[in-house]
Amino acid sequence: MTIRTIIALALLAAPVPALAQDDAAPPPEAEDEGGLTGSVTDENAWEDLALAIPSFATDREQSTPANSAGTGALALELSRVVYNDLRNNGLFKPTGPDALPKPSYGDITNPQFGTWSGRGAEMLVQGFVRAANDGKLTVGCYLYDVQLGDELTRAGWVVQPADWRRAAHKCADLVYSRLSGESPFFDSKIAYIAETGPKDHRVKRLAIMDSDGANHRFITNGQSTALTPRYSPDYSQIVYLSYLNDRMRIYVYDIGSGRQTLVTESSNATFAPRWSPDGRTILYSMAVNGNTDIYSVPATGGTPRRLTDTPGIDVGGSYSPDGSRIVFESDRSGTQQCYVMDANGGNQRRISFFGGRCATPEWSPRGDQIAFTHIVGNFRIGVMTPSGGGLRHLTNSWQDEAPTWSPNGRIVQFFRTAQGTSGDSSIWQVDLTGRNERRLRTPVGASDPAWGPVLP
Amino acid sequence: MNKLTISLVAVSALALTACAKKAPEQLPPAPESTYAPAPTPTQPAGPIPGSQGHFKQVMAGQDTIYFDTDKFNIDSEDAAALRSQAQYLLQYPQIRATIEGHCDERGTRDYNLALGERRANAAKNYLVSLGIPAARISTISYGKERPVALGSNEGAWAQNRRAVTVVLN
Repeated sequence: MTIRTIIALALLAAPVPALAQDDAAPPPEAEDEGGLTGSVTDENAWEDLALAIPSFATDREQSTPANSAGTGALALELSRVVYNDLRNNGLFKPTGPDALPKPSYGDITNPQFGTWSGRGAEMLVQGFVRAANDGKLTVGCYLYDVQLGDELTRAGWVVQPADWRRAAHKCADLVYSRLSGESPFFDSKIAYIAETGPKDHRVKRLAIMDSDGANHRFITNGQSTALTPRYSPDYSQIVYLSYLNDRMRIYVYDIGSGRQTLVTESSNATFAPRWSPDGRTILYSMAVNGNTDIYSVPATGGTPRRLTDTPGIDVGGSYSPDGSRIVFESDRSGTQQCYVMDANGGNQRRISFFGGRCATPEWSPRGDQIAFTHIVGNFRIGVMTPSGGGLRHLTNSWQDEAPTWSPNGRIVQFFRTAQGTSGDSSIWQVDLTGRNERRLRTPVGASDPAWGPVLP
Repeated sequence: MNKLTISLVAVSALALTACAKKAPEQLPPAPESTYAPAPTPTQPAGPIPGSQGHFKQVMAGQDTIYFDTDKFNIDSEDAAALRSQAQYLLQYPQIRATIEGHCDERGTRDYNLALGERRANAAKNYLVSLGIPAARISTISYGKERPVALGSNEGAWAQNRRAVTVVLN
């Protein structure tokens, strides 16, 4: 399960000079915005955009481990993944391959603009898949402006058959980034806690999945309760809390080897682990004689450093993207509130003064916002600036908690607990406007989502 | 089992009628049977003295103390329960115990883990003050992960904000 870097491919099939993936897209601020106007914080304009995503095509029907029905069927599946990525996040209202005519292989680089404009399409996503003799797949992705009759951007990737969905996510990311000017996020993964069983005997297992819920995998077997996982920035490890041997301790689970190691040896309870953005440091909380403080320790082991020392609960924490500061929660004032400190523990100051309680703060990967659980009777997901201003609520339910950011800082995932004896929990996500909220499909109940960065 | 069902009902009823701090005040049923010796020596039924089963039976509900929302202080009722626990632990000096700290569901995960630790430690410190060696008592927090009452109401939450002493055999 090592993370394979997929190879960006220069596409040869089109008349313009072949370009590497990163060079293929013009800067987002280029004059051609594809008819989009207004700020990217208002998705309404995007939703109005008529985006057509017909089935991808293949040069010749071949068998592939990626699809039992061959490359033709795989081509359709690829376009469905692109369609669902772009549709499910409330950013666009595309029309998908099952409602559109299927272009031929030759059409992919030479689209029938007349046909598409006749159907009212303004933007067109086309693509192809080819299987090489060694089994590897080449996936090409093209974005066209139908009205201009011109290509906006393109990219291609060579992937192992098992990674075919990643090529589709990369295509969705290409389209999303080109049309929104935002950073990509679809080609990413989520670690979370899978929950089964009744409320008073809940089994909690560490699990992982792609950002769209595919490639789901349970990591632990549920014999010991697992909580609060976080992917390492390079996706090679997951740090989490386990009750293994009836003790509350944090482990680093290595995805490649399946082995896990203790983060720090202590007779005290350790919990609430977090990675620093560079993956070199792990932040955790430790209770000594009932008093919880925040510590940091090198991820490879070493001497822990105590960052807080107030007589109360200091817990959790989330680094700013540059690693220089940490936002955390503390009840030193009497109730849970959010505080910011330097990464070495200096300059601790409270930032939440808007009433209610401030819990589980998470710094946006863009640095400009902090998402948190606002406890005001109910538990709501809120965002604020790093200085505590500009409070906005993104959700309004009985119990929403533990936000985690999409890699581009545009979407927040969290978990929602149902009121009453079921106590079922599920993962949801909402964009920064608060308007586009949806539940993620998971095989069983789900909590503690932790979204990792975009894959290389 | 019957006894348990009945007492839970009593707790719920109390919780509905008033904002009682200690929902399980009606717990436990009168401990008339707990110190009763076995009827005959030929029938050694019942748990072995010094075992968790025996401790639980003798404590008759006083193995658990309850807390107000976000609080971890030991009040007079808690103190009485902890004195009973201390008596038992002094009577069986070979046994060790662990105290499990718990919270209600209306808190965030990490904070509740910390709060459960606080509660378990408050109970431990009280037992230590009564002469139980600290080395005999360990603590563990389960936060909001192991509720005993399943409802989402004040009565259920009051039952879940607790510290439970368990004898390790």
